[in-house]
Amino acid sequence: MDIPGSEILKSKKFTEKLIKNIKANLDAIAKKVKLMHVCGTHEHTISKYGLRSLLPEGIEIVSGPGCPVCVCPAADIDKAIELGKRKDTVITTFGDMIRVPASNISLSELKAEGSDIRIVYGPNDAVKIAKQNPNKEVIFFAIGFETTVPLIGYELKTNPPSNFSVICAHKLIPAALELLISIDRLNIDGFISPGHVATIIGLKPFELFSKSYRVPNVVAGFEPNDVLLGILMLLKQIKSKKYETINEYSRVVKSEGNEVAQNVISEVFKSTVSPWRGIGRILDGGLAIKEKYAEFDADKKFDIEINDAQDIPPGCSCHLVMTGKIYPNECKLFRKTCTPINPIGPCMVSQEGTCSIYYKYHSD
Amino acid sequence: MPTPKKIIRLAHGAGGILQEELIDFITKDISHKNINGGIGVLDLDDGATMPLHNYDQEFVFTADGHTVYPLFFPGGDLGKLSICGTVNDLLMMGAKPLALTSNIIIEEGLSFEILDKIITSFNQTAEEAQIAIICGDTKVMPKGSLQDMIMTTTGIGLRKNTIKIEDKNLKIGDKIIITGPIGDHGTALMAKREGLNISTNLDSDVALLLEIIKSIENEINNNVIHAMKDPTRGGIAGALNHWANKSNLSIFIEEEKVPIRNQVKAICDMLGLDPYNIACEGRALLSVDPNHAEEVLDKIQSTKLGKGAQIIGETKSENPKRVLLNTIVGGTRFIDMPLGEPIPRIC
Repeated sequence: MDIPGSEILKSKKFTEKLIKNIKANLDAIAKKVKLMHVCGTHEHTISKYGLRSLLPEGIEIVSGPGCPVCVCPAADIDKAIELGKRKDTVITTFGDMIRVPASNISLSELKAEGSDIRIVYGPNDAVKIAKQNPNKEVIFFAIGFETTVPLIGYELKTNPPSNFSVICAHKLIPAALELLISIDRLNIDGFISPGHVATIIGLKPFELFSKSYRVPNVVAGFEPNDVLLGILMLLKQIKSKKYETINEYSRVVKSEGNEVAQNVISEVFKSTVSPWRGIGRILDGGLAIKEKYAEFDADKKFDIEINDAQDIPPGCSCHLVMTGKIYPNECKLFRKTCTPINPIGPCMVSQEGTCSIYYKYHSD
Repeated sequence: MPTPKKIIRLAHGAGGILQEELIDFITKDISHKNINGGIGVLDLDDGATMPLHNYDQEFVFTADGHTVYPLFFPGGDLGKLSICGTVNDLLMMGAKPLALTSNIIIEEGLSFEILDKIITSFNQTAEEAQIAIICGDTKVMPKGSLQDMIMTTTGIGLRKNTIKIEDKNLKIGDKIIITGPIGDHGTALMAKREGLNISTNLDSDVALLLEIIKSIENEINNNVIHAMKDPTRGGIAGALNHWANKSNLSIFIEEEKVPIRNQVKAICDMLGLDPYNIACEGRALLSVDPNHAEEVLDKIQSTKLGKGAQIIGETKSENPKRVLLNTIVGGTRFIDMPLGEPIPRIC
């Protein structure tokens, strides 16, 4: 199944070479370096292959808010729950989303109480359900970053049935990165940016960080040596004090991105101020459905008001984990009352959540 | 945040930490937990032993519930799985399988045609294993109280009372052998799940381990093999953690040595699953005296089912009770006891 020639991405020899180079560059920099990735899949690669155990002590890799399930605000889930309680309504969404605790219950608990909540593998499945059930309202609870947005945009553009609508909880990565740079005392020396997001939006939106904020930035792929090469590219920039946005994932990412997908996004959605769970409202941090497609916007179609949603339960430190301020094991609930079986905060629910990944691959 | 209700969840049956809690809950007040000092409930092994006075053999018992759904899956069905699971559990205790009892619980409305297919497969596999079916029970339950049918079996075998094979019998320095690629059974079932439509030719690995065990009979009798386990629910992650815990040592696994089929890797990657946690139904893990490991490996590799066998790791004294993985790029991470997976029953 591997792409021919891709063996090097997991080759131990190449890993050893990269680590040697990383050490040499870190020695030349002669100070501790803190790098952040903003992608659950990057954290998965780092943990699954034990990359932190290979890196020299002076390099710290922290996770930013890179899991779409985790940053989805409780108010949006509450909205899905309120709609899910109504008669003849089907709520559809991606797997992990149904387990996330909102203000009171999760969608999965609502399902256990008898509501029609279904896991789908993509929005096209939700449209199919709508066509099969013309007498029911079928609502797709849409979450995700730039990577999942075009799929939903495409469905809305291609005449879905009138009983189909979308709760739009999409988030945009670049605005979140910009907010992180400005967080006090976070002191990020470089970003490992998500290759799949760049596949859609291209390199340009990321260039702001290296140009205006003078923070090195590497768009990286998801094999172990992709991540290590990305780290090496960041260290070289820190050493030379020349800050750029470099494309490590050039076998997939084109600098202009995927224009077809971009057109679908801009045709259907507009950027908006958006609340991120645990972080707060971010200017241009999310998407809303444009007026032209308002008939499919669940917010406009149904009259629902959500007040007093609780994003972070008492004692939970997901907001600190998501902004890279602490590691999961520094939260007092971690591994004690909060586990993947009984998740308290959103980072423990999703397979992409930092706490869930940390739980699985670390011992403390 | 509401407090979680105290109810039994699917994850309580998935071979992980929650399952241990459930077993502890059920067994804690049993007053007699073993016979004549044999392996009993507290040992949580693949089976139990009943030592006999003035006799050089002891009885071995195993109990197993077979709840796979759908009843027919790529590479097998409920009938074959029931016999293989029972016989393999006896073999993993170092016993010669003799007989089994069989309980069949059927949902109202099941067709005789389906029942016939399952029973035919059950009987054929029993014939292949040369194991007698000596008693049983049947029940029919109202529609909706279970899915189609389930089977439960008790396996009965005999082993020499000098055999020490047991989960707590691993020794420091042992080599760990797996008899073939891991994760086929669980992955093949998942690929057939409704809505996934993954097209693959992957079959379950469900099989009798008889031929493999026969090839290493001498090593079993001479106690060169310290422990054996079939990594069913919880996969090799579950089995290795049980061993490390009960034997109070660590197990180091070399990722590049662990045989995993490309289809299994690809499907697990796609679904976000870890092949180490996925059930096998025709594989065995062995912990072997290092001086005899190569010889045992050769013998296993000479069998039809054991061609893909590999030495995948060894036991050490540092980090006791933990399982560690040296990853393909040279990093190290822990392999934890699986928690129990949110997936349909697969064994």
